[in-house]
This record gives sequence, structure tokens and C-alpha cells, in this order.
Amino acid sequence: MGNFSQKVDKFIESFITQNGYVRVLEGLQNTLLIAITGLLIGILIGTLIATVRVLPKYKRLPRILNGFCSFYVALFRGTPIVVQLLVFYYVLLPMLGGRMTGVQVSVLVFGLNSGAYISEIMRSGILSVDHGQMEAGRALGLSFATTMRQIVIPQAVKNILPTLGNEFIALIKETSVVSFVGAADLYVAFNYIGSNSYEFMVPYLVMAVIYILLVLIISAGIKMMERSLRRSDRRH
Amino acid sequence: MIDVINLEKRFGDNQVLRGISITIEKGDIIVVVGPSGSGKSTFLRCLNCMEDPTGGQIIFNGADIADMKVDINIHRRHMGMVFQHFNLFNNKTVIQNIMLAPVLVQCQDLRKAKQKNAVTRLANLFRSSSARKELIPVQTTKAKIKEEARAQALSLLKRIGLEDKADVYPSTLSGGQKQRVAIIRSLAMNPDVILFDEPTSALDPEMVGEVLDLMKVLAKEGMTMIIVTHEMGFAKEVANKVLFIDDGMILESAPPEEFFGAPKNPRLREFLSKVLV
Repeated sequence: MGNFSQKVDKFIESFITQNGYVRVLEGLQNTLLIAITGLLIGILIGTLIATVRVLPKYKRLPRILNGFCSFYVALFRGTPIVVQLLVFYYVLLPMLGGRMTGVQVSVLVFGLNSGAYISEIMRSGILSVDHGQMEAGRALGLSFATTMRQIVIPQAVKNILPTLGNEFIALIKETSVVSFVGAADLYVAFNYIGSNSYEFMVPYLVMAVIYILLVLIISAGIKMMERSLRRSDRRH
Repeated sequence: MIDVINLEKRFGDNQVLRGISITIEKGDIIVVVGPSGSGKSTFLRCLNCMEDPTGGQIIFNGADIADMKVDINIHRRHMGMVFQHFNLFNNKTVIQNIMLAPVLVQCQDLRKAKQKNAVTRLANLFRSSSARKELIPVQTTKAKIKEEARAQALSLLKRIGLEDKADVYPSTLSGGQKQRVAIIRSLAMNPDVILFDEPTSALDPEMVGEVLDLMKVLAKEGMTMIIVTHEMGFAKEVANKVLFIDDGMILESAPPEEFFGAPKNPRLREFLSKVLV
């Protein structure tokens, strides 16, 4: 094991004395920024799409919107996230003449991508809420949108919270591909430390541990949220 | 108050209502009975367009609400509905359930009035002093609306003896309590008429009484009610008109004494012989 402790020493030297930790913190910040903002954008887009998909379909406009949303979901679920990142960064951005950093592009693409997945999660959540809830709201003279916002979606979110947590965890882990468009995430930071010290074993091990810790913290957070949202189910 | 003219409803090829016409006056207590699948619930649900009628007219307070172009939400505010399965909002406490619609609707009106006033004020800047338009008077605030709705909700709760349940969630209530809260929830909108869709069918037998008692009180106070039910005793005691619907048509419509004492339609006679044992 003398070999291993040597490697640990090398890592510590590179991590602390050569300011590797600054990169790691930056990477952690970017990873979280992309995952959290992506999730928020995704929830917003997903809720909108899910609402459109459960609209009554006897009028023309909902049908057109519905077609558009189906196309959107098919597009973003049908291509790998890496391809989406690359296409956005190297094809769409130059075509539109926009200027964005790798992190900004990643936030946007992860938001759009998770929106497609969350829309399906949210749709099943909305369908799991008893139809009587919508009817009661409408019978009181509230509009479809108001009833949706006040009554149906809060109950849907409660039902899908565990699945939504899953999506967030998947998102955190998927962000490890953003280096394809030059965003400096955890992987980039540890890769830098590794190539500095010509030693990759310990950095990558530490990276894995950080990912696991992140996911465990998030899981605990979701459990707490679930418990507070379940208040209305308790019988006492 | 409600004029139903030749109301029709079809689901695909299945014609459920085949031309129903009836006039409902203010203060009427109308009980609708009929075998299952006869279309009586569909008839009730068409009255506030929970199901869109496919033909005919429903004139309510002077407007044809069967017309898809009218804003149905405005008319539904004056038409309460009570469901078989209560449908209390699970994510709101009892008092929030009662306050929700009055507060939202009034706040919406307030917002609209304020927006209109802002536009008028802007336009008035370009008008000569004689041509200026008047603002819509706004005397209330959001906080006031909420406070009033809360006071009203509490007094309604007190009426049914559930004021101590104001801050619990509906999942903790019994079936009878849920249905009584659902009734006062619709009362909180001060409706002109309340539609009851089999309000006691999902209740345990010992809870049917408390719900029917509350409905009797409302009837005595002069509330207009249209009730689909299987409680024949209640129909006899409270209704001033009983309708028998079968096969999507009104086959008999009479005051309860005549309806139960001397039924004319043979199908009604057969129906009554089955349910009045």
C-alpha cells in the first residue's frame, strides 16, 4: 500500500498547495448551478407542457399547442444530452450569432432537456389527482388555469416529489458531460488536478465520493420536503 | 330563474338526454329521481355546463349558458354544486376550502377594476376636462376581502357546528362532515341555486341524516335547489316538484303528493314499486 499512500500525498499536494481546491470549488459551484437552475427551468417548462397536454381537446388552439408539445418532448427525449449540448453550442449559437459561455449554454440545454422529462412526470402527477378536484373548482366559478394552479398542481407535485427527486439526482450526475462545451464542472477540476500530478487514481476516487455525498444530501432534503407536504394526509 | 329548453346531450353515438324542457322558479325545490343510467345526473351536470349540452338552451338569469361563447365561469359563481364524493380540496384546510373561491373571485374582480381604472386614468390625460370618463369606484382591498371571507366562513362553520374543525385538513373529517362542509363551501359564494348530485349516496347510513337535515334547513330558508337523489322520503317531505327521468326524457313531473300518491306513467309506477318497499 506504500504505492497508494504516495498517490494520496501527491493528490493532497496538488489539491492544497497548488490550489487545486479552488478549481474543485469552482467546479462544484458550476455543477450545482447547472443542475439546480436546469431543474427549475425544467419544472417550469414541464408544468406548462403537462398542463397543455391535459387541456380539453375539443378546441383548435389546444390541439395545435398539444402537437407542438409532443414534438418538443420527442425531440429532447430522442437525442442524447451530449448531442444537444454540441448542437446548441457549435451549430445553433454560431447560426444565431449569439454569444454565451459554456455554463450558460449548459444551464439552458439542461433546462430544456429536463423540461421534456419533467413534463411526462408532471402529466402523470396531474392525472393522479382525482378529477373531482378540478370539477369542484370549476363548479365554484374558478377558471381552468386558476383551479390548476391552486388545487391540482400542488397535489400533483406532492404525488410526484419522489420522482422529481430522482430527476434532480439524474441531472446532477448528467452534468458531468458539460466539459464538451467548455464548462468547468467537477470533472474538469479533478481532471486538472490529475494531469498536474500525473496521477488520476485518487482524484477520480475523490470525485466519485463528492458525487455520492451530493446525492445523499439531496435525498435527505427531498425526504424532509415530502414529510412537510404530507401534512394534509395525516389523520389527527 | 332557469329555463331549460329542449336540452340534448349525446356522448358520441349515445344520446343520453333527448329533449328536456323545464322551468325552475326562484325558491323551487326540485327533486330528480330515476333508474340508474336514466340521464338524471347528466341532466344536472348539464345545468352548469360541467357537461357541455349538445343541443337546446339553458336560460339562466337572462343568458343562454348552453352557448359555448358565454363566459361560463361568471354564471357558475351563481350556481353552487354539491357532489356525491364531496370533492373538498385535499391540499387546503377546511376554512381555506370555504374561503378560496370567494377570495379568488373577488380579488380577480378587484384587479380587473384597478387595471381598467389605470387605463381610464391614462386616457383621461388626453381628454378635455368635460370628456373625462369616471373611474370605477374601488372601496375594498385584498386584506379586507380576505378578512370578510374569513368571517363569513367562520359563521358558516358555526352554523353546522364545525367551527373547531376550521384549521384541519379534510382527510380528518367523517363523510357527513365532509359533505356538510362541501355544502357551505358552495353557500359561501351566495349562489342563486344549488345543484345536488346524489349528495348522500357515498355516505354511511348513520351520516345521511345530518346532511339531509342541513339541506332541509336551506330549503326552509328559501334556497332554490335541484337535487338528484335516491332518498324518496326526503323528496316527499321537502320537494315542491318531483321529476321522473328515464331514457333521457322527463316522463313525469308533479308535486310530491301526486307523484307518489297517484303516479300516471307506467314506468314510474314500476320504478316506485321497486324503490318504495
